[in-house]
Amino acid sequence: MELLEIKSLDKKYGDKYALKDINLKLSGGKIIGLLGKNGAGKTTLIKLINDLLTPTSGEILIKGNKVGVETKKIVSYLPERTYLNKQMKVNEVLSYFEDFYENFDAQKARKLLKDLDLDENQKLSKMSKGMQEKVQLVLVMSRNADLYILDEPLGGVDPATRDYILDTILSNFNENASVIISTHLISDIERILDEVVFIDKGKIVLQSDTDELRKKENASIDEIFRRMFKC
Amino acid sequence: MEFTFENNIPIYIQLLDYMKIYLISGVFKSGEKLPSVREFATTFKVNPNTMQKALSELESMNLIYTERTNGKYVTKDEKIIEKLKDEYAMTLAKSYFQGMKRIGLGKADSIKYLERIKG
Repeated sequence: MELLEIKSLDKKYGDKYALKDINLKLSGGKIIGLLGKNGAGKTTLIKLINDLLTPTSGEILIKGNKVGVETKKIVSYLPERTYLNKQMKVNEVLSYFEDFYENFDAQKARKLLKDLDLDENQKLSKMSKGMQEKVQLVLVMSRNADLYILDEPLGGVDPATRDYILDTILSNFNENASVIISTHLISDIERILDEVVFIDKGKIVLQSDTDELRKKENASIDEIFRRMFKC
Repeated sequence: MEFTFENNIPIYIQLLDYMKIYLISGVFKSGEKLPSVREFATTFKVNPNTMQKALSELESMNLIYTERTNGKYVTKDEKIIEKLKDEYAMTLAKSYFQGMKRIGLGKADSIKYLERIKG
């Protein structure tokens, strides 16, 4: 059974298609890059997979189940914008996550926070934007999920931290889980990707094994993307 | 050691190159047990699937072999490693001469430059 299967998915806002006829199958144990320009439909697709939007038509299955309460238990989602209450301290957020998610590993989260020099007793509102993003990523990666969906996880962090985050993603995903990373910072992230999915104007225009694509085009994924979507 | 990877060359091919050098230089000796895919992936900071692919390639070149349930080992046939070393050295030598040719120097001149290198 596929980990994620999307069948003939359409999403319209008014009479405008945000996504049109999306078909996608993803198996476990992979890191997938969802790549597209601003407004291509990446976040809409991610929100649909997380049951935060309703499809106009088509369906999304995760481990054979339609998206909903059951699938939310096995999908760990990092949204583009934070939803945490900034008046909370980091350790309060930890216990909040522990209460909320059965599969949250608080011990792992504490270790990652420590590695990143983040103070558990600090209020989120007293942290910089980059620090808040790190806290959020730690929370998401500390759930033992089947599918991790990270929407622009690197946007606000410095290059050194980017490397640490990529290593964290690599060392924390298990053999059966998959990670979907949406980003336009392709060159920073492409070395860890198994597969890429290019999305443009609401359609999937390419899905390929990363190394096969490099070999075929004799170029980096970043370069191939730039060529394809040149303005 | 920090390993660097170029984004425009398949990562598994670059891993293959690092691994070949390990075998040629005897970091892993003939008949020796290799670390697991996971351990290699952590060392190189690459995706375990990519590491697996590089190791499969090494295996299809008979440089390493899998012992059922026990893991992967370097070939016991030292001749295969010798041959790899010879091929690798030849590639390096060719690329040196190609570089010299690009700046207008023939083989004889190129060798003179080699001789000027001390030590």
